[in-house]
Amino acid sequence: MQIYPCPFCGPRDETEFSFGGEAGNDRPEPAEKISAERWAQYLYTQDNPRGNSHEIWVHLTCDEVFVMERDTVTHEVIGTKSLRQEDAK
Amino acid sequence: MTRRYNAFSLIKEGLSGQKGWKPAWRSPEPKKQYDVIIVGGGGHGLATAYYLAKNHGITRVAILERGWLGGGNTGRNTVTIRSNYFYPESVALYELSLKLYEKLGRELNYNIMFSQRGVLSLIHSEPEMEMAARLCNAMQINGTDAEILDVEAVQELVPILNFNADARYPIFGATIQKRGGVARHDAVAWGYARAADAMGVDIIQGCEVLDFIKEGGKCVGVETNRGTIRANKVGVAVAGNSTVMAKLGGYELPIHSYTLQACVSEPIKPCLNTVVVSPPIGTYLSQSDKGEMIIGGGLDRVPSYNQKGNPPAAETVISGMLEMFPVLRQLRLMRQWGGTVDVTPDSSPIIGPSGVPGIYLNCGWGTGGFKAIPAGGWLFSHLLAKDEHHEISRPFDLDRFTKGSLIDEAAGSGIAH
Ligand SMILES: [Zn+2]
Repeated sequence: MQIYPCPFCGPRDETEFSFGGEAGNDRPEPAEKISAERWAQYLYTQDNPRGNSHEIWVHLTCDEVFVMERDTVTHEVIGTKSLRQEDAK
Repeated sequence: MTRRYNAFSLIKEGLSGQKGWKPAWRSPEPKKQYDVIIVGGGGHGLATAYYLAKNHGITRVAILERGWLGGGNTGRNTVTIRSNYFYPESVALYELSLKLYEKLGRELNYNIMFSQRGVLSLIHSEPEMEMAARLCNAMQINGTDAEILDVEAVQELVPILNFNADARYPIFGATIQKRGGVARHDAVAWGYARAADAMGVDIIQGCEVLDFIKEGGKCVGVETNRGTIRANKVGVAVAGNSTVMAKLGGYELPIHSYTLQACVSEPIKPCLNTVVVSPPIGTYLSQSDKGEMIIGGGLDRVPSYNQKGNPPAAETVISGMLEMFPVLRQLRLMRQWGGTVDVTPDSSPIIGPSGVPGIYLNCGWGTGGFKAIPAGGWLFSHLLAKDEHHEISRPFDLDRFTKGSLIDEAAGSGIAH
């Protein structure tokens, strides 16, 4: 069992969290002017980094969404941030 | 020197101290130029090279493998072969594979120990029974074998299942694909390797691709830790590392890498003569010829290149299995491992051009690559040789994500990812 730090609740079991996608994949706007290629890229294309990764996670028990920086090879958690902290950077 | 494997050569070598066996393949130095380079010496890469030589007469082929032959997902799966999918496109693909597997041992002169002992998918509720009927009908219409079994028939086939009415996962029936089964995974890789090598394919292990060489926007070769190797076409079949190659090559993929775990128990006496799958729990169970119970399951929930796996996913699979097979509760596990699988949004593979001229893709097989090795090789070799799709691979082109013509087998046949 791995422990992830929720920015709001502190360290909790990995089973309390759900992966929500890669961070920084913003919805292209306005939708009616977006090409099929760009829309498919937004929906489906993954960076899928080997190593350092910025990801959106949900802590299912407090329902908060946050950003986790993680290593996809070693599974080391480098840090977590609330979305407000992420926006402020 | 003994090259063919048969009863006569076995007796001859037995009487002469086993000294005449040749290595099954060479370990050549890479040449400067090939017609086709295949990145990835797993089942798909090896099968592609074999069919390039056999079906298309292209033998100036190099397979570049970073580690050792068949050491990735080809050596890490739970050896199940089946074609019980929902959509016509998928059945055409996996049925091609199953048919090739049925002849493969003889064709390669290599015993792949393919045992068509049937793949049984359990049904745990009344609504699932209805969905199973839908799936079976679809499979029959698409031309593969599928049957629905009632509880009595399941009980006859797998008496060690928990049939109690108050079981956590009650059994309402099952679907069965009788032509499905298991094969020896290493033998599939080694058989293809030996046959490809005999036709002149260079299998180069310990050779890592560091970059793609491009001239005028077209890929003309690769830089490796063993020097520059040029080729007219480069086929990439590297499963979980597909997006790592995509970054080097300058194209994009809709793939996430996840860990898929499996484990085997200590060997026990024969007690299970089919492959049992429980789709909602994601548990796969079969018994090897040595007597070990081979246990597989669903994906870890965390994107990963780790090849180990986290305990919660293993616990889900094993606790589900013990609920269904109480007789196995005393069993001890011998080994546990993980593989890095390449998961697409629609749980269907990608075969086709990458978008960069000269680079071609065979990836996205997710948890189901082993069963598809012969078809993957057959179709990918067609693409590489002719620079156009085989009709069976056409729907699996990368362009389906832009067109919205996804082949969603997670929704269709309820596969585990
Ligand atoms: Zn929380």
